[in-house]
Amino acid sequence: MSTLLDQEKVVVLKQKAAETRKLILETVHHAGAGHIGGPMSAVETLVSLFFEEMNINPEDPRSENRDRFVLSKGHSAIALYTVMAQRGYFPLEELNTFDAIGSRLQGHPDMKILPGVDMSTGSLGQGISAAVGIALGGKLCNKDFRTYCMIGDGESQEGQVWEAADIAARYNLDNLVVIMDYNKLQQYGWAGVETERDIPVYAPEKRWEAFGWNVISINGHDFQEITKAFDQAKAFKGKPTIIIANTIKGKGVSFMENSYSWHARIPTDEELKAAIKEIGMGV
Amino acid sequence: MVTVKSAEKVAMRDVFGDTLLHLSQIDSRVYALDGDLATSTKVNVVAEKNAPKFLQMGIAEQNMMSVAAGLATTGLQPWATTFAAFLSKRAIDQIQVQIAQPNLDVKMIGAYSGLLTGLTGKTHQALEDIAIFRSLANMVVLAPADGVETKKMMEFANEYHGPVYIRLARDPLPTVFSEDYKFELGKAVKVRDGKDVTIISTGTQTGRSLEAAEKLAEEGIDVAVLHMPSIKPLDKEAIIQAAEETGAIVTSEEHSIYGGLGSAVAEVLVEEKPVPMLRIGVKDRNAESASNEALLQKYEISSHHIVARVREVLKKK
Repeated sequence: MSTLLDQEKVVVLKQKAAETRKLILETVHHAGAGHIGGPMSAVETLVSLFFEEMNINPEDPRSENRDRFVLSKGHSAIALYTVMAQRGYFPLEELNTFDAIGSRLQGHPDMKILPGVDMSTGSLGQGISAAVGIALGGKLCNKDFRTYCMIGDGESQEGQVWEAADIAARYNLDNLVVIMDYNKLQQYGWAGVETERDIPVYAPEKRWEAFGWNVISINGHDFQEITKAFDQAKAFKGKPTIIIANTIKGKGVSFMENSYSWHARIPTDEELKAAIKEIGMGV
Repeated sequence: MVTVKSAEKVAMRDVFGDTLLHLSQIDSRVYALDGDLATSTKVNVVAEKNAPKFLQMGIAEQNMMSVAAGLATTGLQPWATTFAAFLSKRAIDQIQVQIAQPNLDVKMIGAYSGLLTGLTGKTHQALEDIAIFRSLANMVVLAPADGVETKKMMEFANEYHGPVYIRLARDPLPTVFSEDYKFELGKAVKVRDGKDVTIISTGTQTGRSLEAAEKLAEEGIDVAVLHMPSIKPLDKEAIIQAAEETGAIVTSEEHSIYGGLGSAVAEVLVEEKPVPMLRIGVKDRNAESASNEALLQKYEISSHHIVARVREVLKKK
């Protein structure tokens, strides 16, 4: 049942990823606010979910049978918004309202005002629990939609993540897929101390396995690997799946990559220009 | 008057268990979520008699509340229950971000609220829950006086779409209301007429306030008792009317004097109809484990303390 993407499809998705990165940088630059590092590392997974994997319809964003997505690392909202805008949930121009008064594009996602957002998030550790509730609700209501949730590696320091992990495994939620954006940096963390235990979450595969999950480890910037992981998750019965997506914080712009200072820094005009040039060449 | 005098004491938690079982049987949306306190809260009745509607969430209150939010988005109506202390303090961020702000249809049952929590002490008493819950936008905050009202409130909450917090007491209490009592959101209930002073009370403290009013009647002091089952939304008109009719107010609650019913009533009176007012509630202290009677005495919320407070406020008239 291998569903390797054909090369043409991969090129299209890569273009979407490049466009998403440009939109992230332009929007954050325009708003003078927002995050960059975390959104950039999440791009390929989000593009893959919204353009390939999920059964969704922007025309009918509250459909009972739609697949659900919860961005548990809610501070990466701009990555979600730029992908949703390209997918047709709202006009691209609306990105210019990001973080402004009255905007549907809040600093952290708000399910009340933006159709297509399946849970309000921003306080870390909570989104994954809500995704567990959604997946459990799907089972109880005999619906066959699937629930996807993205968590951060820094977020995995929240105890609630592991409370959610325990309950999801107990209720055998094989309709739930959690993707950990494993970019190995957090806002400040243990910066400057370079041992392997000083990354945000140590040995995530072992932890999730111990909690009774199906664990898949991939390169989170490779569309073929992402697609294959989603397929494996779908075929796996009886346990929830965690995809450890190994990523690079700030991915796509050399001077932003692997730099915790770009967690939430606003690019200058010159930095924006240089960054967009690099992204363009990467397509 | 919808009140009855009954010697029979009923525990709210028993009524809660039976009523939730009934709701889970007649409404496919209703599910009970337990934070592993089922035999204390009495939600074990649902587990034992309608197992498919019982979801054990373990000793993890924060996750339980977020899971409840997720369930509500799929069209279900989760009833999450644990001790009021844990709901209001341990899981309040989850409740605000994922239940109150998105206005989701989650019912929150705070068992063992107030001071009388069965010899458990500081960690299990909830003296701040009204203050905390009523500060959340979209939240409905209710506190029944007895078993009858507990049932009526739960039936209301089942029909109402949106977050509702109901604070319940552990131990059996005298019955205040007759079976034909109707609960109305945002409406105060006059449970005793009087012209000298009005005691505005909520939850368990309404029974004690009625006792105090009877004692005061023997001294010739005519006390009205206005029961506030709905702390949010609050019946402002009834409060203003009570101030106009009796010219003095004493509030009475099994809760801290900060931020609860007393504060809510004071907010209305200060802006609309200032009259002499005093509060009954637990002063700025941490409580302890002890018998109910000892706690009521030491923390100054017994009917005797209400009597003294009423005499005091009358001197200010």
